[in-house]
This record gives sequence, C-alpha cells and structure tokens, in this order.
Amino acid sequence: MTDSSPDLITCSELAKTYVADDVEIPALTEANVVIGPGATIALVGPSGCGKSTLLLLMAGLEKPTAGSVEFKGQPLERPHREIALVLQDYGLFPWKTVRRNVELGLRIRGEKIEESRLEESLAELDLSEKADVYPQQLSGGQRQRVALARALILNPSLLLLDEPFAALDTLTRERLQDLVAAEWQKRRFGMALVTHNIQEAVRLGQRILVMGNRPGAIVATMDNPHACSPNYRGSEEFYDLSRGLRAHLEQTA
Amino acid sequence: MKSKVGYVWGVLILLGLWQVGAWWAHESVFVGPATVFEKLFQESRTYVFWQHVGASSLRILAALILSFIAAVPLGLFLGTSPRADRLARPLIYLTYPVPKIVFLPLVLLVFGLGDVGKIAMLSLILFFQLLITTRDAARGVSRSARYSLHSLGGTRRHLFIHVIWPSCLPAVFTALRIATGTVVAVLFFVESIGTRYGMGFYILDAWGRADIPQIFVGMVVLAIMGVVLYETFDILERVFCRWNQL
Repeated sequence: MTDSSPDLITCSELAKTYVADDVEIPALTEANVVIGPGATIALVGPSGCGKSTLLLLMAGLEKPTAGSVEFKGQPLERPHREIALVLQDYGLFPWKTVRRNVELGLRIRGEKIEESRLEESLAELDLSEKADVYPQQLSGGQRQRVALARALILNPSLLLLDEPFAALDTLTRERLQDLVAAEWQKRRFGMALVTHNIQEAVRLGQRILVMGNRPGAIVATMDNPHACSPNYRGSEEFYDLSRGLRAHLEQTA
Repeated sequence: MKSKVGYVWGVLILLGLWQVGAWWAHESVFVGPATVFEKLFQESRTYVFWQHVGASSLRILAALILSFIAAVPLGLFLGTSPRADRLARPLIYLTYPVPKIVFLPLVLLVFGLGDVGKIAMLSLILFFQLLITTRDAARGVSRSARYSLHSLGGTRRHLFIHVIWPSCLPAVFTALRIATGTVVAVLFFVESIGTRYGMGFYILDAWGRADIPQIFVGMVVLAIMGVVLYETFDILERVFCRWNQL
C-alpha cells in the first residue's frame, strides 16, 4: 500500500495476549478494522472484551501478538504524530496548568507554539477563562474538554477516544458528544470511539462494531451513516439504531 | 495567617509546659526556658558558639546535598526500570533494615574522623530514606500517564521531564522532611567523636562540665535547626509543587 491508499488505518487479523506471572491472558483475537479518512467507528461491548486494547494497538502504544496495524499504508510500530488519543481518566498532568497541558504535545514535538493558535484552541472548547488553573480545579466535563483540546491542537488525522465521557453525568456527556461531533464536522478527522454507552456509540460512530468477550473479537457490525450529523440525537433513526444495538449487545451477553 | 497563629500558640504552649515542668523540678536538672534563653543570648554573643552552629549546619547541608544527588536519580532510575530494580532489590532490602548508625565505626575508619567521615555517615542514613521513597514514587506513575505522554509523541526523556520527575517531587520533599529528624538525631552521635566543633560536641562538653543550661541551649539549637530545615522544605514544596497544595 502507498500513501494514496484510501484507508487511514487498517488492522488485520489483530490479536493481543498479555502475559502476567507467566500466565497468558488473551485480550483480543482476529480483529479486522478499517477506518477511512474522515470516517468514524464506535467499538462497543462488555467490560474486558478488548475494546481498549484494540484502541491502544491503533495508537501504537501496544504491540500486537499477531496481525498488523497500518497507518496510511505504513506499518504502525510506535505512536504516530497524526494520531491523537483521549483517555477515560483524561490523562492530564496535574502539575501543569490547562494551558501547559494543552500545549504539551506541540512542545514535545518541537513545534512553534503560536499564542494565537493556543488561545483559539482554548476558546473553541470554552476554556479561555480556565487557561491558568490546574486540572484538579476543574469539573470532570472541563477536564475532558482540556484533554480534547490537547488532542485537537495537534490537528490529528485520527482521533482515538477511550471511554472519554464515562465518568460524566448524562447532560455533560451529551454536550461533549455534540462538541466532538461539531469538531468532526469542521475538521473531518478519522475517529475511533470506545464506549459502553449505546446512545454515545450511535451518536458518534458511522460504523458500530460490537465486540464479544474472552478473548475479545468483533462479532457484529452496524452501519450508521448519519452519526455526527447535527440534530441526529432524538431522530427516529437514532432510536431505531439504539434499539438494534441494544439487541445485539443482549445477544452477545 | 490562621496556621501561623496556630504555630505561635503551639510554641507558647510548649514553652508554658516546659516552664511548669522546670518549676516542678525546682530548676535543678531541668532548667526552665527563661534560664535557657538567657544563656542562649549570652552564648550567641561569642564567636565559638557560632563556630559550633556553623560546623553542624555545614555537615547537615553537605549530607543533604550529597544524599539527594546520589539517591534521587538512582531512585528514579530503579522506579522506572523493572530489570534494574529486580537486581538492586535484594541489596536494598537486606541493607535497609540494618540501623545505619552501626556502620559508624566502619565509616569513620574508611573516611576518617574528620568532616568527611561525619558527612559520609549522615549521607548514608539519608541515602536510603530518599532512595526508597523516590523509587516507590516513580513506580507509582500510572500507565495512563505514560500512555498519555507517549501518545503526544513523548520519548523516555520527555517522560522523565514531564511526568516522572514532577509526580515524584512531593514524595521527595516528604522524604527530605522525614530525613530531617533523623539527620539531626544522628548528628549528635557523629559529633561526639573526633571533633571540637559542632552541636554534638557542644552538648557533651557542657555535660562534662555539668553546665545544665548549656546542655539545654544545645538541645534548643538542634531543635531550631530541625525546624528551619523542615520549614525550608515546606516552602520549597509550596513553590515547586503548587499544584499539590490545591
């Protein structure tokens, strides 16, 4: 494959087995996932089904036991500068202010930190007034916005979200889902979202991959072309798909 | 402001209890604060008193700096390198529980009776406290923080600068504060041998002359040294770990 490949990331026959105290724990088996440029997927399934493992493999943070991951046609062996990751616990550094957290990726990559770009990023996520406070002085929703700002300022081609809104209340969660959808509309990055939440998967995943348990594997796929579009939540189609996804998950369980 | 008022009250209560104790003992071997501070005032006007204070302070500072330089980087390395930690663990666990003061004769034989031997002994005691605390703190850095840093493109060097070092800093300050008490206590022992300067010698010399107020002056000065060190580390922590005070 070359850079002209239409696929952003391709996972082929991906498997991951962890070893702890000489005991092998298979976490993922034969996972095949393709995300095209500007396409979004949601990975749903029970706890321990390997969703997060799959995401970490796509981030280049873990090495597969078998199979391969290619990003823009090249084998992915380490984190790539065009891939950004947002974690459930936000992954913010409590010793850095919001501003320092957001600019950290640029600083590490040796990129010039333009004040205007930074201010714009903070303003976009409604964080301008919080720029000089520490993460522990923020609410959960605000912290997650900081994590998103830190990922988005890197202008990624692929955004990976690992249960990003799991610890938030329903309204904040929905507001942040809409925020991610709006950002996607603007920037059209590829996106992979890991979630337990059915409505979140339907809101953000144009393709929903249902995973089964022990070892984790993809057991069903659902197409959801209107995900990320404005006013999608509350539509007939949204609820139909949510019901369909629930049925799939119940079957898997 | 409230904490300062509380601090002053604490000192006043301590002085009050001390005075009551002295009255109860008829100021025979347990002299009261008024006598001790009067003696301290007289002593502070002599050059030799400040030579004692200076010698002890220099030994403590040198030991703190040396042990910090040796233990903290090694603790960070062991905490982040499981292989090196596995190799070093038996050595650390075997030597850590042994009271380091028993090494005093050996250390003085190797490094001599002068300042080098005394500083080496103090450093040895501080070294283990700092090493183990720093190593444990470095081991406690979450996988999530590592993922987060690496996903931003960070290397191992970035991980040290942006994650491991700042996350360990509060633990290092805690270790330094705990070590402060130990180092002042051990200072008395090491200054009881082969020196004519230092607060340890000052107290033993007063004991030999049965100068009870001077013994108390020595004790008060050692206590003040401990408080100054403790408060210095508190201030440094407030400056460098502002995030941890919120």
